[in-house]
Amino acid sequence: MFTPEMLASVKKVEATRQERLGMEPRRMTAEEKDALLKAYHPDYREDGFDTIKIGPNKGEKVPKELGHLLHSNSRLLHHPIDLTKIDYDTDVLVIGGGGAGASAAIEADNAGAKVMIVTKLRIGDANTMMAEGGIQAADKENDSPVQHYLDAFGGGHFAARPELLRRLVMEAPDAIKWLNELGVMFDKTEDGTMVTTHGGGTSRKRMHACKDYSGAEIMRTLRDEVINRGIPVVEFTSAVELIKDEKGQVAGAVLLNMETGDYMVARAKTVIIATGGAGRLHYQNFPTSNHYGATADGLVLGYRAGAPLLYQDTIQYHPTGVAFPAQIYGALVTEKVRSLGAMLVNVDGEAFMHPLETRDVAAASIIRECTDRHKGVTTPLGSGVWLDTPMIEQIGGEGTIEKRIPAMLRMYLNYDIDMRKSPILVYPTLHYQNGGLEIGGDGFTKAISNLLVAGEAVGGIHGRNRLMGNSLLDIIVFGRNAGKAAAAKAKETELGTLTLKHIEDYAEELKSAGIESEDVSPLLLPHYARHER
Amino acid sequence: MENMVNVYFFGKKYSVPADLTIMTAMEYAGYTLKRGCGCRHGFCGACATIYRIKGVNELKTCLACQTQVQEGMYVASIPFFPTDKRTYDINEIKPNQQIMMELYPEIYSCIGCNACTKACTQNLNVMQYIAYAQRGELEKCAEESFDCVSCGCCTVRCPAGISHPMVGLLARRLTGKYIEPESKHLTKRVEEIHEGAYDELIEQIMQKPITEMQELYNNREIEK
Repeated sequence: MFTPEMLASVKKVEATRQERLGMEPRRMTAEEKDALLKAYHPDYREDGFDTIKIGPNKGEKVPKELGHLLHSNSRLLHHPIDLTKIDYDTDVLVIGGGGAGASAAIEADNAGAKVMIVTKLRIGDANTMMAEGGIQAADKENDSPVQHYLDAFGGGHFAARPELLRRLVMEAPDAIKWLNELGVMFDKTEDGTMVTTHGGGTSRKRMHACKDYSGAEIMRTLRDEVINRGIPVVEFTSAVELIKDEKGQVAGAVLLNMETGDYMVARAKTVIIATGGAGRLHYQNFPTSNHYGATADGLVLGYRAGAPLLYQDTIQYHPTGVAFPAQIYGALVTEKVRSLGAMLVNVDGEAFMHPLETRDVAAASIIRECTDRHKGVTTPLGSGVWLDTPMIEQIGGEGTIEKRIPAMLRMYLNYDIDMRKSPILVYPTLHYQNGGLEIGGDGFTKAISNLLVAGEAVGGIHGRNRLMGNSLLDIIVFGRNAGKAAAAKAKETELGTLTLKHIEDYAEELKSAGIESEDVSPLLLPHYARHER
Repeated sequence: MENMVNVYFFGKKYSVPADLTIMTAMEYAGYTLKRGCGCRHGFCGACATIYRIKGVNELKTCLACQTQVQEGMYVASIPFFPTDKRTYDINEIKPNQQIMMELYPEIYSCIGCNACTKACTQNLNVMQYIAYAQRGELEKCAEESFDCVSCGCCTVRCPAGISHPMVGLLARRLTGKYIEPESKHLTKRVEEIHEGAYDELIEQIMQKPITEMQELYNNREIEK
């Protein structure tokens, strides 16, 4: 499968392996990291960004593709919806069927609220399902929530909102316990001790995992629990606009049946946006590790209804996406591969960086290696560097890869690449939306009193970069919190008359700003179909 | 000209580049996928697919996102299959053979044809994990079924009407909750936090000025 040029480079990687096994590459200083990020991280590429022209974040930076969606009109602008005909009436409406949405629904149900989930694909078709490496929680003797806070705060460039980060780290152990009691099978030793490893930027080994199916194991358990509880899940149904009332509260959503094209009205006393990320917008033409539906719908819905964004200009590029073969280009190679000992190595077999720097630093470093330093390996779709996976077997013993990262082994074996024997080629892939809708420590948006956000659609939990294992954690912590808070809030919420006037107001604002777009948003699904004419 | 192959989607012929997966080939042919497409990276099981190569008798199953197209491939996607999941209260059931008998009695109708194992897109030994379930060996069933992505190809092929992924899921939840030993360090930490042991410390660190946080972060000790 490898080209002759790749094979020649593999020889060099093999030649330096024994020597590299005994050493730990130096970590970069704070100054080196800053300079590297400014020069090579895609967040600093001015041509990838636009300025938001209307709304609460007017004047701020935004990725061009997201900006375009914010500057587009609602698909309902010229399509009147009869809001007096209610198809679904509920206390809590959860938009999104991933880990955050499912956790929220379970907790809202627990609290006695009437709750339902709408999701544009199936429940579980979400980035949660694809999270491989693990979930952080400070539950070991040498660790503490305070240490977790420090790692995450520093790793996120001191930009996380303290009240959100506090909730994340303080409720982390309870999140793990909750999942374990739902039946999630964590990797444990015989006496019940959690098997934990490092992630990039962690100072303690606090990464809990379920092999490299961590997110899948969590998601399928949550999905099973949602179904067991009889919580209604309306699949293949998108929320295309939030509904408000004359008091400025949110009052539900207009839904679109993805298959029939029919619109429906869901009325709700509280709404939780749990729509996830934006990888399928392919910022700066990057491939993505995200699921098919990751198109930032919730950000568009919330923004149009008046909720501000936070850190919408910071994106996480996972340093190790698949660079070769082409069939799985952009797919995630879990950070756990590096946690288990694999080094990042250039075309000449040199370990050019410490394998466990934070993700933004690692991604920028790989981009530098492949561009200015000309030390990348050429692939049919660009270039990449080696992730020296055979080191894992030498460090952890034969069979470690099959036991700890079976999904990775399987993915590559499909294309006749045996990562136990051969290194693999990686390049950064669009992975995570660091920013999103702004919430307070209680989970509610500040602009709309009964609108909540949970999961990847939230901005501010992680600051300007997220550590591995803090996203699976945040969907559980903030999903659960949102479910409880939404259930309580629903009890005291009196809805007024339903209206979509905010859509017309938004259209007026666009017009005043001189923006004329034929396109509508949210996007719902990426445009991948090729049409010859 | 790219290297092209002929594939048949639902019997209709399309010429597509040979290096595409079934999923990207469908998009190349002009399909906008709604069903039968989820994570696109082999974890969600949305794109269960059945195919036969023209002139070859054997029916094959796969995930469309993880399988490269081949010349003469006749492809049908299985975007939905009426898998039969039984509901239960995880807090009320017990991890024993009885629960399998109650919830999934059809596993005892297995005729041992092994069609499930042959159909597995993850190359799991499906019939074996059903056998473990029959015997109440839940932990083994959980381990053997762990990499299941619930695509349902096994269920499609089963003459006994077994919903294998659901059996594995039940075994895993029972194992995770009841059989695997408790993590005492976790229970202890949850209690400590609940009792307020970290309240003051977390308040302190939240109040620190950025310069002090930078100092702390850049000089923190990293566990080997």
